[in-house]
Amino acid sequence: MNSLSLIPALPLVSAVLLMIGSARLSKRVVAIFGVGSVGLSALIVASVAQDFLTTGEVQTATLWAWISVANFTPGIAFYIDGLTVVMMSVITGVGFLIHLYSVEFMESDESFARYFSYMNLFVAAMLLLVMADNLLLLYLGWEGVGVCSYLLVGFWYRDPNNGAAARKAFVVTRIGDTAMALGLFLLFTELGTLQIQPLMAAANVQWSGGGTLPVLATALLLGGAVGKSAQLPLHTWLPDAMAGPTPVSALIHAATMVTAGVYLIARTHELFLLAPATMQAIAWLGVATVLLAAFAALAQNDIKRILAYSTISQIGYMFLALGVGAFSAGIFHLMTHAFFKALLFLGAGAVIHCLHHEHNIFKMGGLRTRLPVVFASFLIGSAALAALPFTSGFYSKDSILLAAWALPDIGPILWAGGLLGALITAIYSFRLVFIVFFGEANTEPDKQVGWKIAVPLMVLCVLAAFGGWIGQPLSEVFPATADFHNVAHSVEYIGIAIPLIGLLIAYLVFLGGQLSVSKLTDSSLGKALQNFWRDGWRLDALYHNLLVRPFTGLARLCRNEPVDIFYNSIVSFLRWSHRGLVSLQTGELRWYATTMVFGLLLLVAIMLRNAS
Amino acid sequence: MGGLQVPLEHVQVLAALLFSCGLLGLMLRRNIIFMLMSLEVMLNSAALAFVAAGAKWAEADGQVIFLLILSVAAAEISVGLGLVLQIQRRFKTLDMDSANRLRG
Amino acid sequence: MSLAILIGILLVGGLLALLADRWGDGTPRWVSLVTIGVALVYLLTTVADTAPEYFNTTAAIGSDWITYLKLDWIPRFGISFELAMDGLSLLLVILTLLLGLIAVSSSWSEIDFKQGLFQANLLWTLAGVTGVFLAMDLFLFFLFWEVMLIPMYLLIAIWGHENKAYAAMKFFIFTQFSGLLMLLSIVVLAWQASLTNGSYSYSYFDLLGTTLNSNLEFWVMLGFFLAFTVKLPGFPFHTWLPDAHTQAPTAGSVLLAGILLKTGAYGLLRFAIPLFPEASMNFAPIAMSLGAAGVIYGAVLAFAQTDFKRLVAYSSVSHMGFVLLGLYAWNNIALQGAIMQMVAHGVSTAALFMMAGAIQHRLHTRDMRRMGGLWHDAPRMGACALFFAVASLGLPGLGNFVAEFLVLLGLFAVNPWITAIAALGMIGAAIYALWMMQLAFQGKPEELREFGDFGSREMATMATMMIILVCLGMYPQPVLDLAQPVLDSLQKLTPNIEAVVALTQVGVMDQ
Repeated sequence: MNSLSLIPALPLVSAVLLMIGSARLSKRVVAIFGVGSVGLSALIVASVAQDFLTTGEVQTATLWAWISVANFTPGIAFYIDGLTVVMMSVITGVGFLIHLYSVEFMESDESFARYFSYMNLFVAAMLLLVMADNLLLLYLGWEGVGVCSYLLVGFWYRDPNNGAAARKAFVVTRIGDTAMALGLFLLFTELGTLQIQPLMAAANVQWSGGGTLPVLATALLLGGAVGKSAQLPLHTWLPDAMAGPTPVSALIHAATMVTAGVYLIARTHELFLLAPATMQAIAWLGVATVLLAAFAALAQNDIKRILAYSTISQIGYMFLALGVGAFSAGIFHLMTHAFFKALLFLGAGAVIHCLHHEHNIFKMGGLRTRLPVVFASFLIGSAALAALPFTSGFYSKDSILLAAWALPDIGPILWAGGLLGALITAIYSFRLVFIVFFGEANTEPDKQVGWKIAVPLMVLCVLAAFGGWIGQPLSEVFPATADFHNVAHSVEYIGIAIPLIGLLIAYLVFLGGQLSVSKLTDSSLGKALQNFWRDGWRLDALYHNLLVRPFTGLARLCRNEPVDIFYNSIVSFLRWSHRGLVSLQTGELRWYATTMVFGLLLLVAIMLRNAS
Repeated sequence: MGGLQVPLEHVQVLAALLFSCGLLGLMLRRNIIFMLMSLEVMLNSAALAFVAAGAKWAEADGQVIFLLILSVAAAEISVGLGLVLQIQRRFKTLDMDSANRLRG
Repeated sequence: MSLAILIGILLVGGLLALLADRWGDGTPRWVSLVTIGVALVYLLTTVADTAPEYFNTTAAIGSDWITYLKLDWIPRFGISFELAMDGLSLLLVILTLLLGLIAVSSSWSEIDFKQGLFQANLLWTLAGVTGVFLAMDLFLFFLFWEVMLIPMYLLIAIWGHENKAYAAMKFFIFTQFSGLLMLLSIVVLAWQASLTNGSYSYSYFDLLGTTLNSNLEFWVMLGFFLAFTVKLPGFPFHTWLPDAHTQAPTAGSVLLAGILLKTGAYGLLRFAIPLFPEASMNFAPIAMSLGAAGVIYGAVLAFAQTDFKRLVAYSSVSHMGFVLLGLYAWNNIALQGAIMQMVAHGVSTAALFMMAGAIQHRLHTRDMRRMGGLWHDAPRMGACALFFAVASLGLPGLGNFVAEFLVLLGLFAVNPWITAIAALGMIGAAIYALWMMQLAFQGKPEELREFGDFGSREMATMATMMIILVCLGMYPQPVLDLAQPVLDSLQKLTPNIEAVVALTQVGVMDQ
């Protein structure tokens, strides 16, 4: 029990210490605290995982009763099953590597301690999210990672654009979070608990599959997941979130936080299984996001934005997996994606680090020989991203597509959509590799990577390449998925061939030059389409006009307190009547006498009238 | 003797006419002296009505009130004339409209 | 007797502070600090002495009152000097004294003239508020209601900023007018009760359960409701608040936001709803709509402001909307949320006003467009501001979240649609809180700016409030336990509402 609570507590304590001592601690001490705390957590997670794998027992621990009002009694309590073990391992393992990498990456930054403090806080919050045994504690971690994301995206606060990106990230996800909060209210009101396992048990008893309540509740939870995991239609914050330091993008916006939505759905999958309509919506959302983001990634020039859109697209695959009921496959892809996308981001960070903070891929080139370690990691990362055979991404994506195919009715359509996405994924990932690492050098790197960057890259290379063989202890968590062995071999072969075709196209277009697309891209339609995709299908502009402008307009309209108009009108009425009465008080004796006489006459008239 | 020689109504009409004259004078004249005189006329018209009524019912109350009115009028006119003097001294005019210092 | 002594300490302390002006410049604030300290210690020792059994929540109902005091005052009209304290009052009195300390700390170097009078008014306000939280005789309650108003008026009118006369007058008229409506209601209520009881009494305990005809009950209830909602402040009676806050000196804002607003919530909870259960029940949908409107409206207007203090003031309107929602949802969870919100909002908003005061003291402006990049000059200040900004946007783990979550959770069982609308306020809160951080603390720092970071006195104050908020957020149970017996007995008083609420939340009750 103690060791379990230490897992999030270590980074948390370290974060607080670094925050308090930020002005006094030397960078060396800060690095030891920052990296060491996550490292220790990772070790404890390793031992917990070891225990779990040998015994297979679910561990629980209750630290204290958090709130206890009437029948609402969530506790600060942990629930560790196979899913949690996988998530914790990814968070602390990849997190540790990224922390180590950050020591070198952020070396010359004046706010070194602040950076590590936020990063540790993030790891702590993310661990709480996955370890929580009730949805309220999960929500705590959920919001906690959101705030850390806000802080880290806006880390370089002097540029207002970074601040704007950070706010956008927080507010857009908050929209989803609010839906999720409503979902929690609904679940508690109907089922009387927020503790995840009893909740799912109660739902299975009280709710009939396909009823309104499960669909509504899961739809609200889905809202939260969509916001956090940057899925359609709340994905627009993620490309902008690239304003933060690159290791942040690797940790938060690729490996861990953005997959929290996938985790949420997997964690509460029994609820979703009661709501087939929601499941179908998840699958469709997933495919739509895969395609939309993949096309957008194809048109980007900024190395980090390419990766950002690719992240959105890959999480789309995870949603597709969840939607078709292949939860294990979704979590499997979550893990492999964490490996290869962290690798790609860290590689991109290394390129940016060595190239005077250059982000535009067309100003790079020929880095293959100049930054060999980085090239190797990019090559492996891209191969895994494109799901070339025998890389980790291949196994996970393949199982997702097969599961989609196996679904009756809509399965083949989903499968085809995913396949098209895979093709484009292969094209844009190798477009990136070919443009940045081959061809002529446009910018000369001004430094080489040190061991603190190289070691994480190499470890992640190994994981990205061979992570597909890591077994996941998920069989107890999720219902068994359909057997894929009876799927026609042709379907499997197509799945294997498509990425290779994509690689070939990318080679022909961007490296060999045998296939010229300039006619296509130079035509006005092509240009328009390219710009359209580069701006992320102009959804940002749409939201700006649809939501942001009315809101700011309303705010501007109300700035000077419209309610006061009412109160001011009372005041003006009083002023006005005051003025009227004052004008009667002329100071003229004769006027007084006259009014008195007429008043008297009036009085007498009234009296006479009443008397008669 | 005893009783009223003329009908009471006639005296009352006369008193009312006198009162109206005074009232009109008060309302229309600007000169403070004339206003005070109008006031006197009004007081005396009331006094006349009292006297007539006293005579009609052979009650002493009418005369008593007449004496009261006389003394009130005297007191009033003495204060009033004092004010007139002050006004004349301060404003160099007896026109009450131009002496108005109130600005509402 | 102890409760009267508590109020006496504050009143006499005020007099002493007034006199202390002659003994030197810094003396009044020390007098003030010591007075509040003494009062706090006195309160805690009394509580520790008298009521061990109270905190045992299994104790029978009826032993709810920790201490009780009743002296005859004007027996001819049944008016008595009746004070009593239960868990709710205790909680709020502790909050009052604690924020009193913080207010003194925030006025430490800001007030540079008539210090004695300032501290005296501050202490008298505290005395009035304490009295409001303790009075059980409605006439006495009204007296204290006025007592807290006048020193507060003076605090704004004398030590305020550029537009102080207007703001002070607006504050005074709003509260005074609504207070008069309440007085009218009190008198009518006592009169009606005397018809059945045969003798006059203004005691809360005697008036509970008075039956009025439903038409009259509505109007009398409305008098109470208006008085308390203006103070709360609920939409659309809130417009005095931004002006008063903007113009008040920092300590005044701290007191105003921290505790004066809570008297409104307390009044609704203690008087308006239990005294008129049926009228309140019928009125609840309107009250809840006003609450939800306040949540949204406050959030939108907070975003529209450029004045730091105005922004925080509108955020108060938004947060107090949750209190209104929680109170009229009138189930255990929502009520606990409302009480929690009173405490948490008191602390977090007081801190933000202190922040605003500190910035104004250094930059001589509250206009956020003229700030920017303050994090660079004052990282400690920035970190504190960030903490309280995320607290006010309802970050889980801090007190405000527990409060808002409980309110909405309880409300959902009663009215899901209003809950959904009010939940939008959570998005609005994120928008304005982060916008404030952006304008004031982020962005490019100005090159030539002398801007001192927080000193140790300010850091100590801020750290205290942070610790309180974290404790409230991670372990709110002591507060909840303190309030629970009160809520139990209040809910017993209003069986009708209970029945209706129970009907609407069958799902919850089944569990």
